[in-house]
Amino acid sequence: MSDVKKFMFVNRKAPYGTIYALEALEVVLITAAFDQDVSLAFMDDGVYQLKKGQQTKGIETKNFSPAYRALEDYDIEKLYVEKESMEARGLTEADLLVDVTLFSRAEMGALMDEQDVILSF
Amino acid sequence: MLHIINRSPFTDSALESCLNTATGGDILLIEDAVYAATAGSAAADKLRAAMGRFKIYVLMPDIEARGMAGSLIEGVSPVDYGGFVDLTASNKTCQSWL
Repeated sequence: MSDVKKFMFVNRKAPYGTIYALEALEVVLITAAFDQDVSLAFMDDGVYQLKKGQQTKGIETKNFSPAYRALEDYDIEKLYVEKESMEARGLTEADLLVDVTLFSRAEMGALMDEQDVILSF
Repeated sequence: MLHIINRSPFTDSALESCLNTATGGDILLIEDAVYAATAGSAAADKLRAAMGRFKIYVLMPDIEARGMAGSLIEGVSPVDYGGFVDLTASNKTCQSWL
């Protein structure tokens, strides 16, 4: 079957301040059920979604960050994080709660060109 | 005056406009604005430079939710929701930079 498409989800928003990060995660999990080739890109404030140590009790909001660690159980293993966005925020790979591939802005752009479908959050 | 900012310094000019416009007083960073007060963020330097004119507060539940409690820069005062209320009460006026 050649009807597998390359899907990329582009995450550019910080968690909790808006609903985008959580909604993106929901759609990613739905897409996984359809056996598509799924990639996740994290850039700009989206890199904050993967920060370790999120504790949301104080804001009485669901902490959805553990779900990123569960993605590999749904065969979603392509997580790309933009290097420049990390640097501008003082973050390193050790600050992230999952294993990711660090990509430069140029590499991220090239990866976007390879996709059949891009959904932006 | 109390200035309240709730937008990320990376996506919105609210903090920058506040720092460039307001003459002084208290600034409270809440929601996505708390990233401005974290070490290594590009906005932290601007915040540090403004510390002479402003007293900077940050809402701790929002910092903790985002996993940034360990990265808070020096000179910023953490407050809880009770502290938030105290700030609104102790300042004569209050401006939310939406």
